[in-house]
Formats: sequence, C-alpha cells, structure tokens
Amino acid sequence: MNRTVTIIRTGPQALIQDLGRPGNAHLGVPPSGAVDPHSLTLANRLVGNPETAAGLELLLGALTIRANTSCTVAVTGPAVQVHVGEKLADSHHPIHLRPHEVLEIGTPETGLRNYLALSGGIDVPEELGSRSTDLLSGIGPDPLRDNDVLELGTPSPANDADVVPPHQALQTLVIPIRLGPRDDWFEDAETQLRQGSWTVSDRSNRVGTRLNGTRLNRRDGEIPSEGVITGAVQVPPDGQPVVFLNDHPTTGGYPVIGVVDRDHLRFFGQARPGTSVRFRPIV
Amino acid sequence: MLLRRCGTDALLVEVDSLTEVSAVRAALQGLEGIEELVPAARTVLVKGALNQVREALKDIDLTKVPTTHPSEVTIPVIYDGPDLGLVAETAGISQDEVVTLHTDAVYEVAFCGFAPGFAYLTGLPESLQQPRLDSPRTKVPQGSVGIAGEFTAAYPRATPGGWRLIGRTEITLFDPKAETPALLQPGDQVRFVVA
Repeated sequence: MNRTVTIIRTGPQALIQDLGRPGNAHLGVPPSGAVDPHSLTLANRLVGNPETAAGLELLLGALTIRANTSCTVAVTGPAVQVHVGEKLADSHHPIHLRPHEVLEIGTPETGLRNYLALSGGIDVPEELGSRSTDLLSGIGPDPLRDNDVLELGTPSPANDADVVPPHQALQTLVIPIRLGPRDDWFEDAETQLRQGSWTVSDRSNRVGTRLNGTRLNRRDGEIPSEGVITGAVQVPPDGQPVVFLNDHPTTGGYPVIGVVDRDHLRFFGQARPGTSVRFRPIV
Repeated sequence: MLLRRCGTDALLVEVDSLTEVSAVRAALQGLEGIEELVPAARTVLVKGALNQVREALKDIDLTKVPTTHPSEVTIPVIYDGPDLGLVAETAGISQDEVVTLHTDAVYEVAFCGFAPGFAYLTGLPESLQQPRLDSPRTKVPQGSVGIAGEFTAAYPRATPGGWRLIGRTEITLFDPKAETPALLQPGDQVRFVVA
C-alpha cells in the first residue's frame, strides 16, 4: 500500500525541495534546491533519510498535514511551534505520526523558511536528477496546494541523530564576500563593499535576495551575458546589489562585484525583509 | 585570455570571440571534477577542478576551432514566420531565398541561456544577421525559429522575445522529464531543413 500524507493547508509557499540539480547550467537550467540546505539535511537525518531526500520548504512555516500512514517527521529551520493534534510537539526532533494524526506547523518568529522531512522522503518523479521545484524556469513539481496528496518513499531505520539546534536568525548579517569576477567595473570595490550597509528587500525570493541601501557606483553599460554562479552578487544600473540564490538565471549581463561562499549563503535564504546586511570583502 | 576569480571554486575565462569561447569549452570539456562548464558570448564559466583547468589552459591554442561535435542535429522547420517578409525585405532578397540561406548554412551551438534548452546558434549567413524587433513580443509561441544579430535559435517554450521570427518547428527542444532533456548542447552541430 502506498504511504501518503495529505496537505490540509499550506502557508504562503510550500515547495518540494532536495539538494537541486547542479551541473546543468550549460543547458540554461538553474541549480534550484533548498535555499537553506543545512536545515533540510538535518531534518532528513532526524527521520533516517539520506541527506539527498526530498522534503518541504515552507516559507514562514504555516503548514498542516494529515498522515495517512505511520511515519516519522522532523521540522527544522528557525524555532517554530509544532502541534500533533491538540498536543504541543518538539521541532528539531523526530516526531512519530500515527495514521490520521494531524501535524500543524506554526509561523516562526524569526527567520524565513522551515523544512519538513518525512521518513522515506517525498516520492515524486525526478527531473534532471532532482525533485526540486524551480520557480524561475518551471522545472519540477508545482508549488503545493491544499488537499494535495504526497507519496512517500520507503523509510530506512532512523539513525542516531535525535535533536538538532534551530537556525538562529540574526538581525544583522556580516557576510564574507570574495571580490570578482567583475570588481573592476567598480571604483575601489573593496571599500565600497566594506563601508556600505543594506537591508533585505521584500522583493526577495528564491531567485535572489535583493538589498536596499548604499548605492554601489559602477561603470555604465552591460556585459555580453555570461555565466553566473549561486552566491554571485550582481549589481544592476541602480547600484542596489542582488545576491543570487538557488533559482537564479544561469547567465546575466550585469557585473558581478563578488561572490558569497556557499556556507554563508543560507543566511540570505533565511533573512527576513528588513534584516541588516554588511559585507566583509576578501580580496 | 583572462582568468577572473569567481568565488572559491570557480573561474570566469574571458576571451575575445565566440571562436575562442568554443576553443576553451572544447579544451575543458570532459576534465574530471568539473561541476559546471558554461560557455557564453565572450566567456566560459568553469566550476571545480581549478588546478586541472589552469593546467589545461596553459598551452591552449585559441585559434584552433574544434572539428568534432558532441552530436549533429537536424531540425525540420515550417518557414511561415510572421517576420519572414521583414527579414527578406531587410536583406533585399525574396522569402524563398531567406529559406535557402537559412537551410544551407551549418550552425554550431555557441551556448545556452535565457531559458532551459534555449540554444544560441552561430553560423548565420551575413545577410540574415539582422537586429531584434523594435518592440519585443510579449509571447513568442513554443517552437518559433528566429534570428537576432549573429544568432539563430528555436524557442523551447513560449516566452517573451524580440527575435525576428521566420518559421516554427514541431520538434521537442526541451523536456525536463526526458532521459536527455535538452535537444541541443554547446558544441553540437545543427542544420535546419524544410519540413
């Protein structure tokens, strides 16, 4: 018999995500995948899944599901209230659901995205080696809607991870950035980045975190489109930087002043609009 | 050739022409450990295996055009595009001559971008190298075959676009569920035939 769960209610956005489909940029296909892969892999470990299993990425939490089979689930990302039926349960800890039990995830007070792993992983067909929803190019499953039924794969025995720390959302991010490849489009890029300050814009999404604040002075004009990587900080003519996240276009024509390391990128994936941002340039 | 640093594990190789892009791509293709290899108009972005990449680029002859292609693809086209007349008029030739020119040429996929499976093909005859439309269409139908500048391309799916459209193909250019999702990859050789 198929193992399934039913989505009773989604919050602002609920997406199936795994670690994405890197390696296809030469075909014009974005990498996609969880914007906070650290939280997704922790959730998978808590329920005994391989780290590559598909789970749910929940913008501002707020998801209610009903188990149609017994399964183990775990909620990670920022601290958030979780209920099973009427009873309070622990996030960042494995939770066992019996058939017909309802799991309700609240809205986190800080941070942006919770992750839900389910034992066996979500079993939808892979596209280019991944089950991730790519919102830019429309590859992968559609965003979840109320009443969707999700099939789960075969669970493995749970491993020994049994509690993990929540994501700590900071009010000010200080992010190391490596200059280049187009820092020569900017007069003293290092000083401009070091002295500037920005806040996360509410127009940010999985394509990129848009920053408002100090205008980065750059040359006029455009570059013939060139390949860009996740973490690239692109500067359009208005001087307001955009940090490319997982659903970024594979090429772009605005100069990239610097690149944020993968390890720090997830902080942008978890940064609410209004979060302060400063850069620490590495020459 | 200029190597520009791109984060901790990638380089942007900048060259002067599409031919040189093709030479760099061919020299790096298949190197073990490369995670991404993304040719574009004047650059090749390469991620991973940077020591091997630097080594492979040391003695590269940028004038050497690769003579082998990952694959050779033929695309059948119905030449009834809405801009066929405009293209013929701009070139000062008949519509039939546009079709002959477009089908006689042999193209190479220089790079992909804009949308999944959207391949920029070089090799367009000079009289067909024409500017984009003054005002882009909000929706170019899937399969449309167009020209713009030095490139020709077929639209894998409906998107906005400003290319002059000369025809359409019914062939599937991109299917994310297929074993080989993209019909065209950088380096492929392409011919158009009248469907």
